[in-house]
Parts: sequence; C-alpha cells; structure tokens
Amino acid sequence: MARLNVKPTRMELSNLKDRLAISTRGHKLLKDKQDELMRQFIDLIRENNKLRDEVEKELTEAMRAFVVAKSLLNESFIEELFAIPDKSVSLNIEEKNIMSVMVPEMNFSVNEDEKESEMQYGLLNSNSELDDSIDRISNILPKLLKLSEIEKTCQLMADEIEKTRRRVNALEYLKIPQLKETIHYIQMKLEENERASITRIMKVKDMGT
Amino acid sequence: MAHKIAVVGDKDSVLPFKILGFDVFAASTPQKARETIDSLADKDYGVIYLTEAMAKEIPDTIKRYDAEVQPAIILIPNHKGSLNIGKDRIQDNVEKAVGQNIL
Repeated sequence: MARLNVKPTRMELSNLKDRLAISTRGHKLLKDKQDELMRQFIDLIRENNKLRDEVEKELTEAMRAFVVAKSLLNESFIEELFAIPDKSVSLNIEEKNIMSVMVPEMNFSVNEDEKESEMQYGLLNSNSELDDSIDRISNILPKLLKLSEIEKTCQLMADEIEKTRRRVNALEYLKIPQLKETIHYIQMKLEENERASITRIMKVKDMGT
Repeated sequence: MAHKIAVVGDKDSVLPFKILGFDVFAASTPQKARETIDSLADKDYGVIYLTEAMAKEIPDTIKRYDAEVQPAIILIPNHKGSLNIGKDRIQDNVEKAVGQNIL
C-alpha cells in the first residue's frame, strides 16, 4: 500500500491521526447503512419479483381478452366507448426517506362517479367479451399501482446500495490502510530522528572530556 | 401533490387502460414514444406505463429516468405476452445491489 506523500512532522502526524479517526467512524456508519439498506432491499425485491410475475400474467390475459373482444367490434365503436372514462385515478406522491434514500410513496385514489352503474357504455355496440376484459383490467389496477411503487423504490435503492458499497470499500481497502501506513511511517521516522539526536548529543559530550 | 398516470405504447395495448381513467398516448414508432415520454416527464406525470415492445427500442430513454424519483417508468406486457424485459430489470437491480443473483 502506497503511503501518502507528506512530510514526516509531528504536525502531519496529528492531522493524520484525526483523519484516521474520522475515516474509521465514517466507515462504521456507512457499513451500518449498507447493511440496513440491503436488509430492506432484499425483502422488497422479493416482493417486487412476485408481484411482477402476477401482474404480467394477469395483464397479458386481460389484454388478450380485450383484443378478442375488439376483433368482434368495429373500431370506431370501441373508440367511442372509451371516449369518456367513468373513472379517474388520482395519484399522490410523497417522498419517503429510507436510510437517506428518497423513495416515492404513492397513494392512489380511484374516483368512480357512479359505482352502481359499472358499465358506462351502451349494450348495442359492445359484447360480453368486452365486459369481461374490462372487469379483469379493473381488478388488476390495485396490484399494478402497488407494483409501480415497489419497483421504483427498488430501483432507487439499488443505485444507493451500489454507491454506498463503493464508499465503504474505498474507505476499508484504500483510505484507512493508507492512513495507517503513513502514520506508522511518520512515527518510525520521528523515533529515528530522536535516536539520531541522542547519539549526536552523546558524541558531543564525549568530545568535551 | 397530485400527479397523473400515463400509458404509452401501441394502440391496441393501451386502449383498455383508458377505461381506468389513465391518460393514454398511442405511439406507433419508437421515435414517437421517446418524444412522448420526454414531454410527459416534464409535466407532472408520476407514473408512466410503457409497453415492453416499445421499451425494447428505447432503453436509453428509460435509463435516463431510472435515477429520478419521478416519473416512475413501469414496463407492462402487451397482448402478445411478456418479453421479460421487466423481469430482467429486476434481476439487474439485484445484481447491482447484492453482487450476485439471489432470486
């Protein structure tokens, strides 16, 4: 390990000792942060994986059903049916702080104008396949929204974990050994100087007698 | 703060989301999709759902928004089935964070 390029003086020694103390404390804190992030991340990513599997499966089925329904109807009718949606979803994003990672916390509220009349389109230009596919998609909605939140959180946490790991490693394997070696070098050098001056004084004394 | 939800993708796949009250943007070409996403990100859209078929063409655009808190770009399969891009992204995250694939 290369030692730092500093002059071996008492001043530097005390400076380096301070830096070593700070680096060690920083390393311990970052290590704790990394461990906690990792613990939470692993729980989240498992859930994310499971949820995505489910959503993808159900969504694909629902979309297939929709395509079948659509093929039975004239395209302009379909567009007319969907022209005015009877629901609106509003989304509130608040930033939540997990171990200094800002993650979005999404709150969804679905406003349905009239809950009792579920199908807001005419019976004439639609068919039961369409009802079915829309039902399915509506059922997926909560899961889909939950997936969005978890997936974004995982994404952000993964970035932060990578960053933290780099910092921890840089401190552990580069900065701290470097400082330790330099401190050792300066201490040795100072002791050597001391011995040299003692010998010199003894020599000078001998000359006097 | 209130945000909106958008769906971007080919017309057949995104139309059913309109009934849920999402804002639907049909994009026929990758170029169009890219422009749509960029303009949506500027407005206050919190979540953008993007079909995987389209996501395959514009990976750099998606990557640009990965580090931002919003918008969250979430991939959805289309009616032809999943292309596994969404799953791959999860695996990538795991590998990036943990160092190896533990799932």
